[in-house]
Amino acid sequence: MSQVNGVGQPAILVEGLTKSFGEVRALRGIDLSVPRGTVLGVLGPNGAGKTTAVRILTTLLRPDGGRALVEGYDVVREAAAVRRSIGLAGQSAAIQEELTGRENLEIIGRLYHLSWPRARSRAVELLEQFGLLDAADRTAKTYSGGMQRRLDLAASLVGQPRVLFLDEPTTGLDPRSRLGMWDIIRSLVADGTTLLLTTQYLDEADELANEIVVIDHGLVIAAGTSEELKNRVGGDVVEFTVPDRRRIGDAIAAIAKIGEGEPHADPETGVVSVGVGSRGSDALIEAVRSLDGAGVETRGLALRRPSLDDVFLALTGHAAEEEDQTGGRRRGRRRGRSKEMERTAS
Amino acid sequence: MTAIAEPIRSPGPGVRFGWAVTDTLTITRRNLLVWTRVPAYLVFTVIQPVMFVLLFRYVFGGAIPVHTAGGYVNFLMPGIIAQTAAFACFSTAIALAQELKKGVIDRLRSMPMARSAVLAGRLVADTGRMTVTILIIIGVGYAVGFRFLNGFLPAVGMIVLAIVFGVAICCISAFTGLAIGDEESVQAFGLIWLFPLTFLSSAFVPIATMPGWLQAFANNQPVTYVVDTMRALALGGPVEASLWKSVAWLAGIFIVFVPLAVRAYRRAS
Repeated sequence: MSQVNGVGQPAILVEGLTKSFGEVRALRGIDLSVPRGTVLGVLGPNGAGKTTAVRILTTLLRPDGGRALVEGYDVVREAAAVRRSIGLAGQSAAIQEELTGRENLEIIGRLYHLSWPRARSRAVELLEQFGLLDAADRTAKTYSGGMQRRLDLAASLVGQPRVLFLDEPTTGLDPRSRLGMWDIIRSLVADGTTLLLTTQYLDEADELANEIVVIDHGLVIAAGTSEELKNRVGGDVVEFTVPDRRRIGDAIAAIAKIGEGEPHADPETGVVSVGVGSRGSDALIEAVRSLDGAGVETRGLALRRPSLDDVFLALTGHAAEEEDQTGGRRRGRRRGRSKEMERTAS
Repeated sequence: MTAIAEPIRSPGPGVRFGWAVTDTLTITRRNLLVWTRVPAYLVFTVIQPVMFVLLFRYVFGGAIPVHTAGGYVNFLMPGIIAQTAAFACFSTAIALAQELKKGVIDRLRSMPMARSAVLAGRLVADTGRMTVTILIIIGVGYAVGFRFLNGFLPAVGMIVLAIVFGVAICCISAFTGLAIGDEESVQAFGLIWLFPLTFLSSAFVPIATMPGWLQAFANNQPVTYVVDTMRALALGGPVEASLWKSVAWLAGIFIVFVPLAVRAYRRAS
């Protein structure tokens, strides 16, 4: 281990980090602290500033202000030492498609200044670990999307990094490849690697991360464990679909009384949800009666535990996948957005 | 080589220089491997210039009167070779733009490798490729009647000048690839500046046959100086004036575009 760093020191420490691109303030002062051997999930919609943060932490971009340390090394002043400590897998598979899987990894190994025999054996180790040994001598062009991403992740591990940055590792993958990727990521974490993972998928952060920070418009708007964040929503959620979109307004009116907060409706999918606190099945029965009384047809009416989607909605006032076109900031209001969303969508 | 288990110690300057060399060679090797795997690259780097030789030698050549020993084929070959060297650089820009887009350059920049190696390796590989192409073109030229008339060393000098010229164009090309960062735009932009630069020169026709306003441009641009020097080296005749101007232009291109390309690489995103 390195002599410079105390054991208790976090693997990643970020204080007041800012970065602007012209008029656009991508990061407006974020703080992060990731203890060794843990996984931080950085959650946020497109354009929230996740990738900018990763690019600064991996020495690809200089911050405007604040500081960032990786393994105790400053990402600006000690960039070379940071690069020796990290691995990066970005949003697309950064591999050479004309080369075989083996050649890709061997070349990366050589660029980490491994000897030829060591570069070769390291490539084999990784191909085996990632289930690519059978495809080792085929050009990466012939690989499926999931295999390419696995090869890309393998490439980020050639140098045996202590801190691994995965920027949206499963974006664009089919559900099965996504689950495979999760298994691989979990096994890396079990080996003691510190991991910073960005994602737009709330279930992914839920599944993989010890701690989650939610970023929106370049600011950390919430931090905690998945459980802590879910508690902020305030208990269970009653959710159902209204097949006839014109009746969404009636449905909201019918369940407004039973919810703890205001109902939320997605005008595109027709999904309506409302937080009901700890009243659980009582609230569910009330909802059935109330909707029946209003004559609103529903499908899939159910009570469920809050997901991180609900958390995001509660924290930001807009859904995680929703692109915020207006640029307006609408934080802090809980579930008060149904009417406005319907308007902007129509 | 250093073991991976203790990667944090800072290497001394000697070790770092050694790494810069091995990293450059690794990137060179990678680029040449990629080149051999893509048939389209071989077509562009070999077959296209051969077709130019045949086209100008047998189709246009008869209509272009020149006063050159050995006729039009001897006039043509130094021009074709210079153009081949310049066009070899299309792929420099395109490859860098592709790597940028796919995130390959991000990965390499996040690694503890020499920062100069990606550009240096690209230029070394492209120089190798260009040299192979030039030798093939000269072979084809010999088959259709071209002859060096000025002895062995000047002939070697002509080839070296063509390669240095090609590398200079590659530096411009590398800068455009990294600065523009989009494959299709880079390709289109390459056509916009490389075509006029090579065709509006003394490469294919005597400049005296062009209209006056065009002569003003063609007489004072680097491709003409380089081609005139190459022609003089290949066939004999006064070298000095055009050689001096060629060297000045090439030095100028390196001084301006090497730092620009390096800067574009460091800032690439």
